[in-house]
Amino acid sequence: MSANLSASFYLISGILFILALRGLSSPETSRQGNYFGIAGMAISIIVTFLSVGNFGPGFIYVLIFLVVGGSIGAFIAFRIPMTAMPELVAGFHSLVGLAAVFVAISAFLKPYAFNLGEVGSIKLASLIEMSLGAAIGAITFSGSIIAFLKLRGIMSGAPITFKGQHFINLLLGISIAFLIFYLCRTQSTHIFWSIVLISFLVGVLLIIPIGGADMPVVISMLNSYSGWAAAGIGFTLENTALIITGALVGSSGAILSYIMCKGMNRSFFNVILGGWGATDQISNSQSKEQKPVKNGNADDAAFLMKNASSVIIVPGYGMAVAQAQHALREMVDALKKNGVKVSYAIHPVAGRMPGHMNVLLAEANVPYDEVFELEEINNDFANCDVAYVIGANDVTNPVAKSDPQSPIYGMPVLDVEKSKSVLFVKRSLSPGYAGIDNDLFYRDNTLMLFADAKKMTEEIVKSL
Amino acid sequence: MEIDPFIFRLSIFILSIFVGYYVVWSVTPSLHTPLMSVTNAISSVIIVGAIIAALAGASDNIFETSNIFGFLAIILAAVNIFGGFLVTQRMLQMYKKKKK
Repeated sequence: MSANLSASFYLISGILFILALRGLSSPETSRQGNYFGIAGMAISIIVTFLSVGNFGPGFIYVLIFLVVGGSIGAFIAFRIPMTAMPELVAGFHSLVGLAAVFVAISAFLKPYAFNLGEVGSIKLASLIEMSLGAAIGAITFSGSIIAFLKLRGIMSGAPITFKGQHFINLLLGISIAFLIFYLCRTQSTHIFWSIVLISFLVGVLLIIPIGGADMPVVISMLNSYSGWAAAGIGFTLENTALIITGALVGSSGAILSYIMCKGMNRSFFNVILGGWGATDQISNSQSKEQKPVKNGNADDAAFLMKNASSVIIVPGYGMAVAQAQHALREMVDALKKNGVKVSYAIHPVAGRMPGHMNVLLAEANVPYDEVFELEEINNDFANCDVAYVIGANDVTNPVAKSDPQSPIYGMPVLDVEKSKSVLFVKRSLSPGYAGIDNDLFYRDNTLMLFADAKKMTEEIVKSL
Repeated sequence: MEIDPFIFRLSIFILSIFVGYYVVWSVTPSLHTPLMSVTNAISSVIIVGAIIAALAGASDNIFETSNIFGFLAIILAAVNIFGGFLVTQRMLQMYKKKKK
């Protein structure tokens, strides 16, 4: 296949990928969008086979490896529970990162196969592009592995910080830039490998100081990195599909990180530099005076909600941990039978990744037109009889609006306290991720339900 | 003076960033998780590079170091392509409207 023809097909793939993302603007068009994406991918792969034109024994191996990888991927995709989606996405990002590193290594070892010149005299631009692709890919890989371990609970979600951390990161960053410069002068294999190794280290160091609840930002950021790595490789291979995709994915991840940071009223650098509330958590729990708390049980909750005319449900990460989404849906069904109007309020940073709560509710067959974003529903709390907070904490804390001293001051929160009564399902009075006490617990209109989110919801269903 | 082809690729890149910017802002927040899984799947188009790497060189010795890296990258990217698109499909199937 001629180079011009294959380039045209790669352009078509790129356009199909744009349409795949465009489809996600509404759930109705989204499934069609996904098919566009699959078509784009199929075209890219077939065109590559045709333009390489090598159908020898190597081709058979490529097909075998494609099927092996594909089967593993399909197996994971069908078996993974929806609650594990954040770690799955983190894991997948690490694979893209590592694939980018491998392609860059291969291009460095055999540049003539990619039309980049000969070993030892690779074109300057290609050398810069492939070393950048390799470095970003390596950072994506090791960073995503750390994110995966934290989300999976294999590694503690607590931020790991040490003295001089930022200085070391800066030093390593500078040394990568320096090594790329030397690579261009000497074309030395050792320097190339050093760039890859240092980048792996940077990925680890970048993610360990970031705590569990900041994971939505981290995952989006790594999403963005995987795109830039792909774009770097795309420039090396002079491949339009890869360049377009890299740019799309890169900007998509960047926008998601921005939305997540805005949801917490924090700057991107504040999140990345890490360790929010990790230090003052202890002092806070000690100084906490014993304030009166109203304690209820499932029957009280059932009574309140049955007699309400409208109920708003506020889910958070705790719902995902307890796998309470199906029980919640049963509760809502029972309430609807009693003529209660029920809607769901989702805070942008609820859960461990963008849109985490929406997927879990969709899994439990909650229609998406009953689920609302913060801005859409926040005014409705004032007219609502009962707010049922299940597994959320910091995102409901009224302190964010009233106390300029508070670390979460200015963060957009759900105005849960404005509803006539608040039911707060929580295992204990312990503070949330931000390490601050939630003022909502001690309000007159709050009834605390101390239990596991799933058990409590099931009990409420029974007494309804 | 002739324009370096790099400039054309750079133009495509920059314009695609703008396209991505506007397209992604129009994605509804409830679909942000499928957005992440589908972007993950499409960024595996890096498999194009992996295939070239795997098939590079003479056909009598297909297991040189650079080819092996290509084969490994093919496995990784294939896991992502199939896993990413299928899990996205599985998620999107779950988004339903209220029954009328």
